[in-house]
Amino acid sequence: MTDRPDSDRTLTVAALARVEGEGAMHVVIRDGALQQVQLQIYEPPRFFEAFLRGRKFTEPPDITARICGICPVAYQMSACNAIESACGVVVDGPLFDLRRLLYCGEWIESHVLHIYLLHAPDFLGFEGAIDLASAHREIVQRGLDLKKIGNELVELVGGRPIHPINIRIGGFYRVPTEAELRAFVPKLERARDLAVETVRWVAGFDFPDHAWRGELAALRHPGEYAINRGRLVSTLGLDIAPSEFDQHIAEEHVEHSTALHARIIERGEYLLGPLARMALNFDELTPLAHREATAAGLTAAERNPFRSIVVRAVEVLHACDDALAIIARYRQPDRPAIEVEPRAGVGYGWTEAPRGMLWHRYELAADGTILAARIVPPTSQNQAGIEHDLFEFVAANLDLADDELRHRSEQVIRNFDPCISCATHFLDLTVDRT
Amino acid sequence: MVTTTARPTIAVWKFASCDGCQLSLLDCEDELLAVTERIEIAYFLEATRATVEGPYDVSIVEGSVTTEHDAARIREIRAASKFVMTIGACATSGGVQALRNYADVDDYVSIVYATPAYISTLATSTAISDHVTVDFELRGCPIDRGQLLEVILALLSGRRPNVPAHSVCVECKLRGNVCVMVAHGTPCLGPITHAGCGALCPSYARGCYGCFGPAEDPNPQSLSAQLDRFGVQRVDLIRMLRTFNTAAEEFRNESDRLVAGEGKQ
Repeated sequence: MTDRPDSDRTLTVAALARVEGEGAMHVVIRDGALQQVQLQIYEPPRFFEAFLRGRKFTEPPDITARICGICPVAYQMSACNAIESACGVVVDGPLFDLRRLLYCGEWIESHVLHIYLLHAPDFLGFEGAIDLASAHREIVQRGLDLKKIGNELVELVGGRPIHPINIRIGGFYRVPTEAELRAFVPKLERARDLAVETVRWVAGFDFPDHAWRGELAALRHPGEYAINRGRLVSTLGLDIAPSEFDQHIAEEHVEHSTALHARIIERGEYLLGPLARMALNFDELTPLAHREATAAGLTAAERNPFRSIVVRAVEVLHACDDALAIIARYRQPDRPAIEVEPRAGVGYGWTEAPRGMLWHRYELAADGTILAARIVPPTSQNQAGIEHDLFEFVAANLDLADDELRHRSEQVIRNFDPCISCATHFLDLTVDRT
Repeated sequence: MVTTTARPTIAVWKFASCDGCQLSLLDCEDELLAVTERIEIAYFLEATRATVEGPYDVSIVEGSVTTEHDAARIREIRAASKFVMTIGACATSGGVQALRNYADVDDYVSIVYATPAYISTLATSTAISDHVTVDFELRGCPIDRGQLLEVILALLSGRRPNVPAHSVCVECKLRGNVCVMVAHGTPCLGPITHAGCGALCPSYARGCYGCFGPAEDPNPQSLSAQLDRFGVQRVDLIRMLRTFNTAAEEFRNESDRLVAGEGKQ
């Protein structure tokens, strides 16, 4: 290499692009050895957990949706699960199915946004999707068409794609008729075809040789690729209910981040999201998604974060299949929601947001006033793991020149689809070599 | 693809927010590629690494000002932009995070963060227009992508955007909805809330919760009196006003009036 880097250097990316929210990265190299890697989250704090105190138990689905414009449904669903558990209510049957249908829409739009607009340009050597579109317009248009169907599914069940208005504790304000859902089937069938094309397209990318060696955790529920119910299980034997989260996972506040770092007590960093779900739920994919995943070279043993783009594409395919199955069995319930009466107590709830498990905890007074709220989003749980993975990647690639190392490091971060808006309580890359 | 140097440069900036309003731009799936042929995206970090130095023809700003650094940044953006357009409740009224304006922010920091000394934040969340001159405000939490396209196309053709400032009630009538308040006694902020959503909530059998902020010339005192007659508790009415546009002038004045104990019929 002609551009041999100095043994002491600092690499900085002051504002990370193609991630949701604001963050930076700082890498310090001393005497040719990697000393420190930091993901800096400078997204300003918005204090949701503080102003939820004193609000009514019916409000978190609307309020916590505003934490994230990319995955509002995840916040709404985890909030509903937590508050319903505090009130001793379980929503099942067609209302549960409708929630999962809504969630499938969010998985499709969020994953396709990341695959086509944020992540694929890295593999194909473009600065962004708009440059990609000027070279391969038909590919980007396919992504936009698929994303649109995901958004339309959220809109069909939730009222609008961003911050849906139709979600309430106990169910919905209005449920769709069977005819309204059936009319959507041709679009979902087209989405399924586009998803198959997407899996085959991304499976052909060149992937750097790299592996995550740590723990992976995801929800698991028998008989389904868990989204909005289940226990949290891991590749190292974790198996807990949402009420046990605090006993097994600790959050730490570090100086360089407005996101809190989470660690599994006594073991350390863990990762949530597509790779974890594939590792723990591969057997629960629909037959078509399973077949395409296998043809794309994926197994439950996949550990390369660069290949998470293929996993996301398989999950989009699964979500299309799943949505079609839900619509096929849907019978309109006689009421849009079950009545939920508040009671004093604590409730815990979690669901699989597109980026991984999202945990909520609420403490309610007898009249339904919220006394305390805690929200632990997937990106803040993943932040320590992303730093760890980035450390390993940079340590193995110190011979790269600063610009190349910086670019590749940004890609490592984008592998995890970090949602910085969510995590605040995340990216700019600086590399410091002296 | 048309490439001409005459394409206006557009920059998209983020302050304290959920990213949902700038996502609305990427959600224009049918129009996005056609629009990007008519403009030059000079700065849009959520979409691309490539950045172009200012000045910019149009700056689209999402989010509210909650740090000293951001208060300085918006002044720099204003100075580098011919036209500044703010999008969404955070940018136009301070957003849901303006609920801190009623609290002690140090208490808020200590509720969320174990080491408050690591956090730097202002005591208030404020609209962009509280800091710099704004040329156009697009309301909503989130904004409506149809309205966003209308404003961008109007700017490209040099005409005034068609974005009505009447209330959600007018949209309900246009949509042919039965009034949820008159027919079912459901509390609804529609009479004082800015149009733009197409009367979405009433179409789903729920009351409007005010996410587009105050309509032009609203009469919130009259609505409070009506809701009082329906038996809505004052504490609940205050909460309705103090949500996604809590710091918008007309909503703030009315909630402050109710807190002060006035307005009881």
